[in-house]
Amino acid sequence: MSDNAPTIQATHLDKFYGKFQALKNVSLSVQPGERVVICGPSGSGKSTLIRCINGLESHDAGKLVVDGIEVFEGSPNLRQLRQEVGMVFQQFNLFPHLTVLENLTIGPIRVRKIPKAEAEASARKYLERVRIPEQADKYPSQLSGGQQQRVAIARSLCMETRVLLFDEPTSALDPEMINEVLDVMVDLAESGMTMVCVTHEMGFARKVADTMVFMDNGEIIETGPPSQFFTQPKTERCRAFLEQILVH
Amino acid sequence: MQKRLGLSLNAFALQKRMQNRRFKLHWLDWVLLIGLTALVVYVWQRIGGALNYSWRWEIIPNYIVRWHTEKEQWVPNLLLQGLITTIRISIYASVLALILGVILGVARCSKNLAVRMLSRTYLELLRNIPPVVVVFIFFFFLSEQLVAAFNIEGWARGIARQEDKAVWEFFFGDMRRFPSLVSGVVVLALFESAFVGEIVRAGIQSVGKGQHEAAQSIGMTKTDQLRFIVLPQALNKVVPPMANQFISLVKDSSIISLISVQELTFKTVELVASTRAIFEAWITTAAMYFLICFGLSLLFRRLEKPNQTAAT
Repeated sequence: MSDNAPTIQATHLDKFYGKFQALKNVSLSVQPGERVVICGPSGSGKSTLIRCINGLESHDAGKLVVDGIEVFEGSPNLRQLRQEVGMVFQQFNLFPHLTVLENLTIGPIRVRKIPKAEAEASARKYLERVRIPEQADKYPSQLSGGQQQRVAIARSLCMETRVLLFDEPTSALDPEMINEVLDVMVDLAESGMTMVCVTHEMGFARKVADTMVFMDNGEIIETGPPSQFFTQPKTERCRAFLEQILVH
Repeated sequence: MQKRLGLSLNAFALQKRMQNRRFKLHWLDWVLLIGLTALVVYVWQRIGGALNYSWRWEIIPNYIVRWHTEKEQWVPNLLLQGLITTIRISIYASVLALILGVILGVARCSKNLAVRMLSRTYLELLRNIPPVVVVFIFFFFLSEQLVAAFNIEGWARGIARQEDKAVWEFFFGDMRRFPSLVSGVVVLALFESAFVGEIVRAGIQSVGKGQHEAAQSIGMTKTDQLRFIVLPQALNKVVPPMANQFISLVKDSSIISLISVQELTFKTVELVASTRAIFEAWITTAAMYFLICFGLSLLFRRLEKPNQTAAT
């Protein structure tokens, strides 16, 4: 893999759920270190696209290469790919039977085969980074939603991934907790992590995004830098969507 | 109407709470208590009068423990021997049933059709045949072959002849009876594993899709997902039904008296045959089973409480 190859290269992806077409001819290219924010109305295929990128869903047609690995259903390289591509879910999906520290170390220990002491040291470092070092020995159910989501982010970071995917990370949070999660994400963005975020947080998008992507009905309608995207959207549909969510 | 119903329900709940606090008896309780007492007296009369049954409770303690004149110490007699065997068998069968049940439960959730069908067949067979029939079939077709194939009989006899067999006897009782113990444990475990398997399957399926996805997304293998993420949560969730199943197992263990395993029920039959103290013997045995099972259910209820808080 040469240095200037895109980290994610999707070409003409199609995805069907029965007869319903969730992705229509979607092409997207993400460069190393690029921050992409995907927005659009619900049911527009944003989550499907992001879930295809780490193989949680499989596309039916088109070609998808992530970090030099071609993604397709049943690919033997999926596990290797997932070690390079982290995912943060809307519902956090922390492991409730493990402590925060165990949540963070189980991946490195079981998947990367890192010694326990080393994994714990690095887990504590990342907990520091998401600003909850004091919660290491608690169980997820003892934390607030915002704290849980920050643990989930730290869990992905512990795998030393090159790419982080965010699937509406703040949608399940109470309003007062959204900022603590976004702050961590801004921090990550500034550190040069390659990120693809599905989110409705337009303030965050304006702050960190290199590229904005607008999706509707399974298609990418518009792509552009935020400066142009927010002020002069090219398409009517995008303008209508932005008006709806920015008016408040 | 609905409001009135709600009110009376409320009043009922309040009354119940107060009763709980003071143990105050309602007139209906008195009627029930008097009725019950009358019934017991009537049955007692029937046994004493019509059946001309003479109670001999005094002989029972001697069949629980007796004084060994040569060793000069108390040793367990028929009933206690049987009880100990029942406890041994229940423990070994529970462990074996748990292992088999987890395998079966995992197989039931497998993506492989053949594995799924095999486990389903096993389960449906065992669920839809009466336990007694299952016990006989296993005993005559499987256990005999098993005992013969591994030469368990010869091996056990060898140990029975040894001098230092105390440890063996502590765990397995009289080693000459070892083959029948093995048959009993295997039969019981196979039978109960079907039910344990269903409980485990329910537990596995109750673990959300998000957990699988999160485990996948950090690159875990299928086996590791099952071992570290899904099974621990699944087993934690099914502690209550699992505890019930093990109590059932203790009760079901009486069935294997049919294949001459010398557990409590078998020993009671022996006792009745030699003393004719039908009522006394069976009432004592019933009390023993009740104490074990009720004790276990109280114990499990205590254990569940901290578990539940950890799970949620």
